[in-house]
Amino acid sequence: MSKRTDLLLAMADDELILGWRNSEWTGIAPFLEEDVAFSSIAQNEIGHARALYELAAAELGTTADELAFDREPEEYRSAPLVELRRLEWARTIARHWLYETADQIRLHALKASDDEAIAGLAAKMDREEAYHRIHAEMWVDRLLATEEGGARLNDAVDELWPYALGVLDDELRPELRARVEERLGRKLPEVAPVPRGVHEAELQDLWNEMTVVRRSAPPGSQW
Amino acid sequence: MVTADEVWAALAEIPDPEIPVISLVELGVVKNVSVDDGTVRVDFTPTFMGCPALEAMQSAMESKIAALGAVPAINVRLDDSWSTDDITSEGRDKLRAAGFAPPAPRQVGKLELVQLQRGFRCPYCGSTSTKLENLFGPTPCRSIRYCENCRQPFEQMKTL
Repeated sequence: MSKRTDLLLAMADDELILGWRNSEWTGIAPFLEEDVAFSSIAQNEIGHARALYELAAAELGTTADELAFDREPEEYRSAPLVELRRLEWARTIARHWLYETADQIRLHALKASDDEAIAGLAAKMDREEAYHRIHAEMWVDRLLATEEGGARLNDAVDELWPYALGVLDDELRPELRARVEERLGRKLPEVAPVPRGVHEAELQDLWNEMTVVRRSAPPGSQW
Repeated sequence: MVTADEVWAALAEIPDPEIPVISLVELGVVKNVSVDDGTVRVDFTPTFMGCPALEAMQSAMESKIAALGAVPAINVRLDDSWSTDDITSEGRDKLRAAGFAPPAPRQVGKLELVQLQRGFRCPYCGSTSTKLENLFGPTPCRSIRYCENCRQPFEQMKTL
């Protein structure tokens, strides 16, 4: 597999799995606006995954659906950060904010790529992701405004920090650290990142649910 | 032999599947039409990439082109070549008449929450005493606003 395909699949898998996780709030978010917000963000992320899979599929001679649904769980290239099932609000917001911040750093690097297809897609994704970042930042403000909210957010960031570092390649990690430390007004520990390629146990359950319809369809089904 | 003008006219008859007051041409998502020996090539840009209407838009374009006796070739462009600034002024009027505030112009530089919190004009009463209720709405391309004058919630297309 080329380095290009590997990059496309890593990003696509991040967006697909996080989109799935975000959609788990549909119907049960703390209030209606957040129900709508997380559902809409999930839809965008899965749209990005599809576009990224299509670029990879053109190179691999397969289809976006086959890449999304026909691989074994251990073949996914997603960062463990997006695989965690964290149905608790402060952790959800911490993951959302850490991911969107890391994703922005990654997209900005890719917008400058010599690869026209990747640079063009990164620019389009970045326009949509701007809304996700505004939403995440708004929640960070809201949680930091109270003692309890701030404590919960900071605890969640501590728990997720090694995972957040694992979203990015080595050279982009210092920027993530600088931005998160500046926003929280404190230093974060030097820790080993949780890398891609190892998977959280929770991925298996997600995969079972995500692929059940496709796996149960008779061969040759038309969608 | 079909001409590019005939294709543009046919595509202008296709309503947006989710906001049917506006056509695909008014939405600005048809970037280019070229005719080559019976094949009509259309460059098309999605609005939001997760929009579930994209496939409906593509198949509607293919049907229209086939009905003109040509072979359709829809090229989906996944880059930053579409902006809500490409919505035509007729399209913006139609959005307003249907109760949607048109999107604000794209800003140079970073999109900020404060830009979205401005008092955009209410499409029902024209008041600018409106506020942002939710960045996100019923589809990826819409936000929810509220008019404090006529007390009517309304939707606004997000700026892209």
